[in-house]
Amino acid sequence: MDHQQEKVQLFGMWASPYVYKVKWALSIKGVEYEYVEEDLWNKSRQLLKHNPVHKKVPVLVYNGKPVAESDVIVQFIDDVWKGHGGRILPEEPHERAMARFWARFVPDKLSPPIWKWFTTAGGEEQDAAHDAAMEQLRVLEEELAHGGNEFFAGDSVGLVDLSLGALAYVIPMYEEIIGERLVIEERFPSLYAWMGRFLAAPPVKDHLPPMEELKLRFRAIREYFVKNA
Amino acid sequence: MAEPVKLIGTFGSPFVHRAEVALRLKGVPYELILEDLTNKSELLLRHNPIHKSVPVLLHGDRPAICESLLIVEYIDEAFDGPPLLPIDPYDRAMARFWAQFIEQKCAKPFWMALWLNDGDKREVFVKEAKENMALLESRLHGKRFFAGDTVGYLDFAACGLALVLGVLAEVTGLSLVGEDEFPLLRRWADDYTSEETVKACLPPREQLVAHFSGKKDRIKLAVNAMACQM
Repeated sequence: MDHQQEKVQLFGMWASPYVYKVKWALSIKGVEYEYVEEDLWNKSRQLLKHNPVHKKVPVLVYNGKPVAESDVIVQFIDDVWKGHGGRILPEEPHERAMARFWARFVPDKLSPPIWKWFTTAGGEEQDAAHDAAMEQLRVLEEELAHGGNEFFAGDSVGLVDLSLGALAYVIPMYEEIIGERLVIEERFPSLYAWMGRFLAAPPVKDHLPPMEELKLRFRAIREYFVKNA
Repeated sequence: MAEPVKLIGTFGSPFVHRAEVALRLKGVPYELILEDLTNKSELLLRHNPIHKSVPVLLHGDRPAICESLLIVEYIDEAFDGPPLLPIDPYDRAMARFWAQFIEQKCAKPFWMALWLNDGDKREVFVKEAKENMALLESRLHGKRFFAGDTVGYLDFAACGLALVLGVLAEVTGLSLVGEDEFPLLRRWADDYTSEETVKACLPPREQLVAHFSGKKDRIKLAVNAMACQM
């Protein structure tokens, strides 16, 4: 495929983990693109034109054609730039199915209890969310340990790592803000090690959000939920 | 010799149907194992401990594959035969986008609307479902099926809608969609369910009506309980 004449734009927002997932995918493939920061309280006409259905970021625009939904975008990137940079999905069909399955595990099963834990003021309800999150983390820990690789599918960042990725910096922030640990090294040795490895990985390390600003944002979010409990 | 393929499913499930029709289009022989989901077998729980749901695909000795649309993609990639997903990367992305849309924005509101007792709550879901159906309707302009001239991934993803528009409307006695509404979707539902390969793995309509009529009270209980927590 001729990549000489192509134009790639990414519409995003500095705090969105889904936008970073796409940035990391583009980085794995070594794709050059124009980044457009959106003000989600005042969405641009371009964004609304490119994503009329959901009106959200991220949106990747490839030669004028928009793709929305981060999971869809990441697989699109893997397809378009096949043979360039690293592999996002494995080659073998069964491994691909497994990668897609575990990539979905994160938003379907893991993120909801973590978000619940973070946005619940305290007491039994918060404890229950914490326990639920731990249970799902245990499942993921087993999967990662069982694979015995540096990352979920091998030696480099792939689909599952991208899906889990933002939690590598979000969980420690939540832990600090709430004052309670979730990913304790002794309990989740593989995940704990993976988190550090992920943040230091070449496609990721130079494409991380401004951490102090993000932390302030999360603090404000938690305060809002605690106040309105 | 080809490795055996087993599909764990349950009667009347559009999710299981997706996997069946994909296997048939690829010409892959399979054994269908039907589950009673009120009494899940050890086989199912062993192979899908995380979600405990159907369908589950077992291909030879390989670890089980779960989640219907993932199964369809696997079938497309693992077996020879006509492609189930578009070849072009952008078209493929569009198919995945709209399949996700159907799962998240259409299927659930319609399901809720069909079974809720509370008329006001039902209206909210119906409104949401119809707004989203309108978007789907527009995808059928100038096309027989979502995938083009022949059925494909996006049609399988939408198969639950065919069930909703037909069988479930009859079972609940609720016509959520007016006679004049969504003509393209209605036509699609007819064309899809009468397509040769699809028809071969769809139970006869009367059986589906009887099946869902029998489960009606149980479904209503579960849905209304869920609605209270929302």
